[in-house]
Amino acid sequence: MRKEKKRDFRRVKQVGISSLIAIAIVALFIFVTHGRDIPVLDPKGLIANQERDLILITFALGMLVVIPVFIMLFSIAWRYRASNTKAKYEPDMDGSRGLEALWWTIPCLIIIVLSIITAVSTHALDPYKPISSSVQPVKIQVVSMNWKWLFIYPEEGIATLNYMNIPKDTPIELTLTSDAPMNSFWVPALAGQIYTMAGMSTKLHLMADDAGTFNGSSANISGDGFADMRFKVNALSEVDYKKWAFDNFNSTTTTLLTADSYNKLAEDRKDASEKAYLLMDHDLFKEIIDKYMSPGGSKIKTAIPEKADH
Amino acid sequence: MFQNIQELVFGRLTIEDFIHEPIMAGAGIAMVGGLLLAMGALTFFKKWKWLWKNWITTLDPKKIGVMYILVSVIMLLRGLADAMLLRAQQATNGSAELLSSDHFQQIFSAHGSIMIFFVAMGIIFGIFNLIIPSQIGARDVAFPFLNSVSFWLFAAGMILINAPLVVGEFSTAGWLAYPPLSGIEYSPGVGVDYWIWSLQIAGIGSLLSGINFFVTILKMRAPGMKMMQMPIFTWSALSSTFLIMFAFPILTATLGLLSLDRLIDTNFFTSDGGGNPMMYVNLIWAWGHPEVYILVLPAFGIFSEVVATFSRKKLFGYTSMVVALIAITFLSFTVWLHHFFTMGSGAAVNTFFGIMTMIIAIPTGVKVFNWIFTMYRGRVTFTTPMLWFMGFIVTFTIGGLTGVLMSVPPADFQFHNSLFLVAHFHTMIVGGVLFGAFAGFTYWFPKFTGFTLNERLGKYAFWNWIIGFLLAFVPLYILGFMGAVRRLDHYDASMGWQGLFIVAGVGVAIICVGVGFQVLQIVYSIIKRKENRVGTDPWGARTLEWSTATPPAEYVFATIPEVTSRDQFWEDKKKKHSAVFKPKYEDIWLPKNSGAGPMIGVFALAFGVGIIWYMWWLVIIGLIGVILTIIIRLTSDETEEKLTAAQVAKHELKRGTV
Repeated sequence: MRKEKKRDFRRVKQVGISSLIAIAIVALFIFVTHGRDIPVLDPKGLIANQERDLILITFALGMLVVIPVFIMLFSIAWRYRASNTKAKYEPDMDGSRGLEALWWTIPCLIIIVLSIITAVSTHALDPYKPISSSVQPVKIQVVSMNWKWLFIYPEEGIATLNYMNIPKDTPIELTLTSDAPMNSFWVPALAGQIYTMAGMSTKLHLMADDAGTFNGSSANISGDGFADMRFKVNALSEVDYKKWAFDNFNSTTTTLLTADSYNKLAEDRKDASEKAYLLMDHDLFKEIIDKYMSPGGSKIKTAIPEKADH
Repeated sequence: MFQNIQELVFGRLTIEDFIHEPIMAGAGIAMVGGLLLAMGALTFFKKWKWLWKNWITTLDPKKIGVMYILVSVIMLLRGLADAMLLRAQQATNGSAELLSSDHFQQIFSAHGSIMIFFVAMGIIFGIFNLIIPSQIGARDVAFPFLNSVSFWLFAAGMILINAPLVVGEFSTAGWLAYPPLSGIEYSPGVGVDYWIWSLQIAGIGSLLSGINFFVTILKMRAPGMKMMQMPIFTWSALSSTFLIMFAFPILTATLGLLSLDRLIDTNFFTSDGGGNPMMYVNLIWAWGHPEVYILVLPAFGIFSEVVATFSRKKLFGYTSMVVALIAITFLSFTVWLHHFFTMGSGAAVNTFFGIMTMIIAIPTGVKVFNWIFTMYRGRVTFTTPMLWFMGFIVTFTIGGLTGVLMSVPPADFQFHNSLFLVAHFHTMIVGGVLFGAFAGFTYWFPKFTGFTLNERLGKYAFWNWIIGFLLAFVPLYILGFMGAVRRLDHYDASMGWQGLFIVAGVGVAIICVGVGFQVLQIVYSIIKRKENRVGTDPWGARTLEWSTATPPAEYVFATIPEVTSRDQFWEDKKKKHSAVFKPKYEDIWLPKNSGAGPMIGVFALAFGVGIIWYMWWLVIIGLIGVILTIIIRLTSDETEEKLTAAQVAKHELKRGTV
């Protein structure tokens, strides 16, 4: 009797302590997350929005398996604990056709549903697929360098370093390459990431729904200054965007981006400064890719031909 | 002139290579100091001969297994120290100026490489060596000498990967060293070469070991043991070694090509000259994905044994389990592209690999349900191995869910290379492989020592581990949603990430307390071993390895058992007549000790050092040494010695088993 009481007390103590720990942990997590920006779950772009929905649907489907697993794990373990001699004991039970068939079938069904969702969404959200919109897309060429990001606006005739201005509600067509080790371009609030690789180009389409400033980062290690390779994406209203592009193009103080100044920029150096350039060489992006194509390759840093000055 | 000679002898090694930052120097000094201390102790206690005869030259898989586990435990501590440093750096957001970004990058590259190659692989092979032969009723592995070679190649690789603490630097290119970053242009130093050659040498050891155990399981089973009567752990080992045989050659070739790019300017993976880094990424993951299953399948096997034993019941759905294992084995070769959905493949390709990845979740899910239902109508005792099992199901299910999330390509675009991914694979490898190893370690420990590990300390360790684990990795999932990428040594403070990084750091600290309890548990249990003395079968186990003496004799089985059913030992115990008739002993042939294995290890190490530092004479010596040692070994007769039936009888009598 007394022993039982002692055991009961111990159990109460155990439950008490573990619930306290659990509450403390939950409180801690609320404390360190509340009010923070969670771009993947709270996106501001067309593509990222759809990706968020997809994440939530997949999560819900997954929970269809996870919740029964947790319930069964703890209830069965508790029910058939050795001290519970009232529970049935069948040491020779080695399976059950019905039950096994059940859990071969149910995951199969869930996966079939998920496969269909995957096939549809992968095609719909293919980063190479242009966004259908009545607005003419803005084309931007992105170059990851050691250790900075260069954004070339061939149609506007300008370029920027470490920040990218875009008009909101306008499809943005990004073509990306690298003049350095492989990197990955990621603006979680607007769209999922895509690799940038030297000597070739990848594509990404995105569109901002709201005006605002979004954080972009390099998601693939590219050497010493990789952690500082952050950039900002500013989504402006169409008017503001046009004005910004126009001002930069016509300003007399804007730095010129020539083959020479590009080569200087391409040297291994940490550079977190935000700059705007006047683009002097409209084929610059192609030349950056081409320089890895020519024999002798990247060792020839002056592969970009000189163009006439401004 | 002097310069030329210096270059000829020392290659690119200079005196500056020995100079390190304080933290690294400290680790290096601790490592060398520990080694010197151990050597001093060996000399003082006159144990060198004992070490040579009993351990270094041994071909006994049980001893080789112990050595594997010893190395893995030491490497686990090293990897954990690395993790602590990484977490400390991120929790302080680099403000403590603890590590330079270069050093930080070396540490995460080392942490990943060491944890996979020298902790997880080492534990797996250690447990294979200790358990597989006796579990299938065999005395030894199929190729005992090859086994010793495997271990010493593993040890040589281990020394190479730790050497940068003392001389030179380690790779900064991450644990899989994607080119062009790992190419000679962006990584001209010795770091990537250290990485390549330690993995290359250990990898060849793993390949040989894989072949060895695959053949052992196929050819050396006790008479009567059909494939479908093998214990599930043996099945998991068979699947795992099958994967090793087909995956590791890819690693060897890939590392070889990368090395050629670096050494003789070939253009396999360069950005220019017609090379293609995407080829490397494909190849390394064609090995890398099966590697995940190489590690986790044996853990599945361990848990299958543990849950059946501690539920005192047959494993639920044996056939389903085997089918699931085989399905996972084959499917694991068809999913590698999901590691780089973001490399710009077409939607159709991404869809294919996404769906293949999800399909793996089916057999894995079936296994989880079968494990849970093994407890159904059982009598479950919650010993420490069983707690690890419960922890495993919880973490593995969470990890499975996050894995399925990432298997949908457009969702993966948002998770790839973020801390969400880091949290996912740690959930799988810590919660799967490590928890499995801990369960297996506690479960089989008394088999080889004759006493159990202290339960109370084991439970403390478990609770610290599981709470620490949640605190360490849940923040990373959240950080992933917040857009934090992996491998940052500092970040923009305005992002509001620091609180979560601090929580993650606290989590790792709690895990360290757990590890502390584990160390304490082992030490305490050894000191108080008299209290925990147990017989040959402390848990009421089911499989053949428990039918032997404790600790097992060198020949393990005095008479080879006959097998007629699954869980042979359990069935025998039920019949209780095994001791009635007098056993008939026969002569047993056992492999003699051989110094050739460790010699090959030493020469491989010399080769590695030579090629890393461009000391070409050492490369030649290493190569010739390996080849000569192999030739000498292969041409020598009398590699076995006989234990006569009379001797066996005497041994057995002494053990009082008759």
